[in-house]
Amino acid sequence: MRQSLIHWFKYGSPQSFYPLAGRMIPWFWAAAALFGIAGLWISFFVAPTDAQQGEGYRIIFVHVPASWMSMFIYLVMAFWAGLGLALNTRVSAMMAQALAPTGALMAALSLLTGAFWGKPMWGTWWVWDARLTSELILFFLYLGFMALQAAIDDPRRADKAGAILALVGVVNIPIIYFSVKWWNTLHQGSTINLTKAPSMAQTMLWGMLLMALAFWMYSIAVALMRVRAIILERERHTEWVKHAVE
Amino acid sequence: MSAFLATVRRDLLLALRRKSEVLTAVFFFVIVTSLFPLGIGPEPVLLKKIAPGILWVAALLATLLGLPRLFAADHGDGTLEQMALSPSPLGLLVAGKILAHWLLCGLPLVLLAPVLGLQFDLDASALGILTLALLLGTPLLSLIGAIGAALTLGVRGGGVLLALLVLPLYIPALIFGAGAVEAHIAGLEVGGHLSLLAAMLVLAAFFAPWATTAALRIALE
Repeated sequence: MRQSLIHWFKYGSPQSFYPLAGRMIPWFWAAAALFGIAGLWISFFVAPTDAQQGEGYRIIFVHVPASWMSMFIYLVMAFWAGLGLALNTRVSAMMAQALAPTGALMAALSLLTGAFWGKPMWGTWWVWDARLTSELILFFLYLGFMALQAAIDDPRRADKAGAILALVGVVNIPIIYFSVKWWNTLHQGSTINLTKAPSMAQTMLWGMLLMALAFWMYSIAVALMRVRAIILERERHTEWVKHAVE
Repeated sequence: MSAFLATVRRDLLLALRRKSEVLTAVFFFVIVTSLFPLGIGPEPVLLKKIAPGILWVAALLATLLGLPRLFAADHGDGTLEQMALSPSPLGLLVAGKILAHWLLCGLPLVLLAPVLGLQFDLDASALGILTLALLLGTPLLSLIGAIGAALTLGVRGGGVLLALLVLPLYIPALIFGAGAVEAHIAGLEVGGHLSLLAAMLVLAAFFAPWATTAALRIALE
């Protein structure tokens, strides 16, 4: 037990995490490419045309994984931020910082593809549906996190302040989600019901899962690349960085 | 407890010595709500429908306006560091500051809201619900806002950043606060909305001073 603890904390230091991340990145890129090709093949050539929505539904293979990842990345980000705050491990905070742009990208992608999907299916770019609205708010939370980190010059303070904001956000996400949901049912504004999932062909589900895996692997690869850049930037005064860059 | 009350009294006294700062936020609230009929048109049916939302959004923004002041002056002259060093827990003192902030920035809005509601042709019972909802909601806004104020303390472009951090977190309060009044106008039961507002208030009253204290300690490092 004692040994395993030491093993894990070893990678809490930027110096030992940097090469580890470098070794992992190609594998995650490869996995992302593999899952992506398989997922795209299923979603374009294998999955049947939807009876009601025609070919246009195929955007689901990007839209749903992006939405899942946007929510999942926030949780992961808050986890690393909390870990960094509790254990004072620098790499944890850097991970949180590295994940935020990818999470924001996923949220933006989900909103954008949702709009492209909504236009042909419902005839409108945007409805004030509970899911769309909470996705938009999640996007705002990412922006706030990144803006706060960017505004604070001292990286240690930026890490801790960002961690508190991420944790406050995580507590608030379920509250925001349910409040938006109840707000939506109270108003009965749109007749579109997104929560009732249509029964899905098995191949569609597979395509979606493969695409979600591809997005997941991509997010890890990109976050690791970004965390390496952050490590280099913050540790630029140290001896090992000078050797690593050479 | 005496430290808590002393902090409240001190902040109130300081604010009363500089009344204009408090009054600015209140007049901001009045002006913003009066701008909407000018922009939308004087149609009473429409105004009555949008009144709860407008009053709530204006209350949100007016609260936001007062937030940077919550810790800035004390941080500037070093009082905050003395508070952090004092024998009474910082969380208690922070809670006192938040209460004082609500008394100065939130309570005037609650008291003014019924008057402004008349501009929008709300009837007496709707005004009562509006006041009650704001009474439950504005302390919640102060509590959540305090976390943002502590996080952005002494940060470049703090005011705008504060809005970006805090406004998304205000959304549940807005939904249930304005929703209570709308539900009442529509003839529905409002108990659920008010209970949820009260529940969020209790939750925030427990956690927000704690999170604010943690954020302040980071800012003071």
